Amino acid sequence: MRESIIMKIHYGTALGAVALVAVHILMRMSQKFSDSLQYQNVIANYHFLPYALMLEAILILLSVHGFNGLRVILLELKQGSTYEKMINYGSLAAMAVLIAYGSRTILMAGMGVS
Amino acid sequence: MAVVEVPKPSEASNTKTSQPNTITLRIARSNPSAEQELSFSEFQIPVQKWTTVLEAILYVKQNFDHSLAVRYSCRQASCGSCGMKINGRPALACYTKISELNSNVITVEPMNNFPIIRDLAVDFKQLISNHKKMKPFIIREDSEVTPESKEFVQTPQDLEKFLQFSYCIKCGLCNSACPTMATDESFIGPQGLAQAYRYVADNRDKGKDDRLKIVDDSHGIWRCHFAGSCSHVCPKGVDPAMAIQLLRGYLLGFRK
Repeated sequence: MRESIIMKIHYGTALGAVALVAVHILMRMSQKFSDSLQYQNVIANYHFLPYALMLEAILILLSVHGFNGLRVILLELKQGSTYEKMINYGSLAAMAVLIAYGSRTILMAGMGVS
Repeated sequence: MAVVEVPKPSEASNTKTSQPNTITLRIARSNPSAEQELSFSEFQIPVQKWTTVLEAILYVKQNFDHSLAVRYSCRQASCGSCGMKINGRPALACYTKISELNSNVITVEPMNNFPIIRDLAVDFKQLISNHKKMKPFIIREDSEVTPESKEFVQTPQDLEKFLQFSYCIKCGLCNSACPTMATDESFIGPQGLAQAYRYVADNRDKGKDDRLKIVDDSHGIWRCHFAGSCSHVCPKGVDPAMAIQLLRGYLLGFRK
């Protein structure tokens, strides 16, 4: 993939994450902060489909943005084709693993499986 | 009518500066090919108000140590040969007056981010190869001059878009000041990227797509962090940091 496309995704995910995390924080403010962290309230978030979808979107946006940022930092630290391939595929794999694990958590909590 | 008066003797004596007439010049010495570690040689140099750092270095060569390696040519900030670190800041030695530095101790070192050949002379191979990679010439099919040829029309507004970037003298000071170049040796660098923009923005040129492909690389334009130090040190007033942002505009689709 061309670097400009990757960077467009990088900037897009940053903007998307800022917007959705702002919504997420505002939702915490709809009640007392300590109440919003009560077990029932947290589980209720996952049971409410639009909110669960938003959490999934935040997970994807932050994983993509974060691991691409880490990839860029690591590419600047050291050069070499083998190293660069390793970093590119490694970041993709880490992204996929984090999204899969987070999605599993969201899904299980949404379905009431503990 | 304007009248120019010759200053009276008392006024003339008042305009004398407090500039000391001797400074200590510390020169970094090293020879990587002979595995000679970096050390500093110190010399006491007599200076005048107008003495440049290059003149002080040449004084050392003439009077103390002719083995000192330094690259220079035009002595008027046109050739870009005498770039070095002067009191920690990349600058042209011929364009920096000792009186401007406000110090009695002047330290000169080879530029950062370049391999050292010896003493103050550094290797420009990568700078020149990155410059050439940007295809620094007008690309178009009808550029051959024929008897029917006319000049390519360019308005002053068209010229204004790239004029300042054509003042680059390839001295390498921008690359030396760039923090990305310090860690990423494959990075094209501000000099190459500014030159890419200079030709992309030229309305006579048709090689935009080729150049954008070259800079759109994992060690290309996206690795610039916009520290702006390249623009800060340029002796010709070129603003490579701005060129990089404008070039990004083409890749992000903001500019056509």
